[in-house]
Amino acid sequence: MDEHTQPDPARPPEHHDPPGRGLTRRGALLGMAAVGGISAVNVGAFLWAGGWFTSENLSPSTFVDRFEQVYGHHDGFRRNHAKGLSASGTFTSNGAGVALSTAAVFQPGATPVTARFSLSGGMPTVADANATVRGLAVLFHLANGEQWRTAMVNIPVFLDRVPQGFYDRLLATKPVPATGQPDPAKLAAFLAKYPETARAMAVVKRTPPSSGLFNSPFHGLNAFWFTNAAGTTVPVRWSVLAEDPFVAASTGHAVGQDYLFDALIGRVARGSVRWRMVITIGEPDDPTNDATLAWPANRRQVEVGTLRIDSVSTEAPGNARDVNFDPLVLPSGIDASDDPLLAARSSVYAQSYQRRTREPHQPSAVNVAVVRR
Amino acid sequence: MNAETNSGQRFTAVARCLHWIMAVLVIAILFIGVFMVSSISDFHLLVTIHEPLGFAILIFALIRIGWRLRHTPPPWPPGMTRVDRLVAKYTERLLYALLVLQPLFGWALVSASGQPIVLFGSWYLPAIAPVNITVFAALLRAHIVAAYVLYFTFAAHLAGVLWHTLVVRDRALDRMAFWRARDRTLAPVEQP
Repeated sequence: MDEHTQPDPARPPEHHDPPGRGLTRRGALLGMAAVGGISAVNVGAFLWAGGWFTSENLSPSTFVDRFEQVYGHHDGFRRNHAKGLSASGTFTSNGAGVALSTAAVFQPGATPVTARFSLSGGMPTVADANATVRGLAVLFHLANGEQWRTAMVNIPVFLDRVPQGFYDRLLATKPVPATGQPDPAKLAAFLAKYPETARAMAVVKRTPPSSGLFNSPFHGLNAFWFTNAAGTTVPVRWSVLAEDPFVAASTGHAVGQDYLFDALIGRVARGSVRWRMVITIGEPDDPTNDATLAWPANRRQVEVGTLRIDSVSTEAPGNARDVNFDPLVLPSGIDASDDPLLAARSSVYAQSYQRRTREPHQPSAVNVAVVRR
Repeated sequence: MNAETNSGQRFTAVARCLHWIMAVLVIAILFIGVFMVSSISDFHLLVTIHEPLGFAILIFALIRIGWRLRHTPPPWPPGMTRVDRLVAKYTERLLYALLVLQPLFGWALVSASGQPIVLFGSWYLPAIAPVNITVFAALLRAHIVAAYVLYFTFAAHLAGVLWHTLVVRDRALDRMAFWRARDRTLAPVEQP
């Protein structure tokens, strides 16, 4: 770069003022005060924007801290749905979705997917249990380079309407060491504050889980908008429904630490497992901002294709272990609704991802090689 | 040297435009960046603004460096000591380096996470780093460090210009200003 060519000024700065505009002591002090004041406001505003002075607010960081507070800190694992198994397969569209959305994934044909089966909670080595919420996350690799990421669960409604409710529930339902159950007083106070969660818990209780991961339905729960080529936008929720017949989970017998995952690994070893993808189209008055409320059962449903899982593998570098299933990674033709959980999930998942990617990684509890031996 | 540099003691009109456009963009992206990572509800929305904004800054920075290499800037304000000039010279270079590096860190870290980088609507940027979480973590760290270095370099630059304008009163700001420097064009050095 060119060097500046001005010769050295012969005199100290104050001698450069034009005649009649000499710098007074008062003027200099005012100037210094202005420089200091403007700089203080500048730096203060920046640090304020960064949340340095508002640490009591709910932030992605405090949310992830809460998971660590309840479940402990486990290097390298995601802070929720820590226990899991990577999978891969194909989504085959039947073309029916084209009428609903311009997303390329709904054009007739096949889209490769990376998927992950999981159990909710932040404990990567937790024992499988029928009542634990199960997850199926899917990343669709669209041919045009776009992606569609969705993380679904097996319960029919979500337990929380707002992020603060989820945050508070984590602590309110934390088991007390003495009883292994949540503190009844804390739970009661929490449910009084969030009646929608009490109602959702009752719905979940009435819905028995299936015997395995391979014959379980999985639901997106949060609402989205689909827009078709004509520009018509409709509210939707999606589910994948297992083709393997539903068998209710039996109760009362211990079947091993990882029985749900072991059975899935065994099932996939015998052949591909399929789920039908169903889009439910909401009516104008159906809530799009409250995942604790089911839409009426008579809403129109469109089967758009089949999700086929061909293989499962132990979590490892480069597979689903390394994917952040951010629900706001969407192809064009699908847009987020006003559900506040979606934005919260996006930010909190990002925070979890940022923490776990810089930590050393441990082998996952679910090990396909051990199960197949 | 072109006529503008000779007569007005100012940067060229193109350089001044680039400076002030980038000032707005860079201050905006720094505040958006530091705010979005602590926001539950606005993180995603702000990321969708942050990414194209960062790309725009990268393009502006490259144009600006190209312009800077082909045009001699106006003389330093006479109130600057030798140390002042060294600080100003290296601050300028550091800012140019950061304005190129920081968008590249951001672009690369999103690439390493495996997420598509939406520029606008269905326009995507290509990945510039392999999908790898270790690479992601390293780039994220670099992006955060560079963000704070960039911000505090900007804060120092602002304080320096204000100091010269309000305390030393050598009209340092006029070199980058759009207003006419009236009769206050730099007076000859006054001898005691």
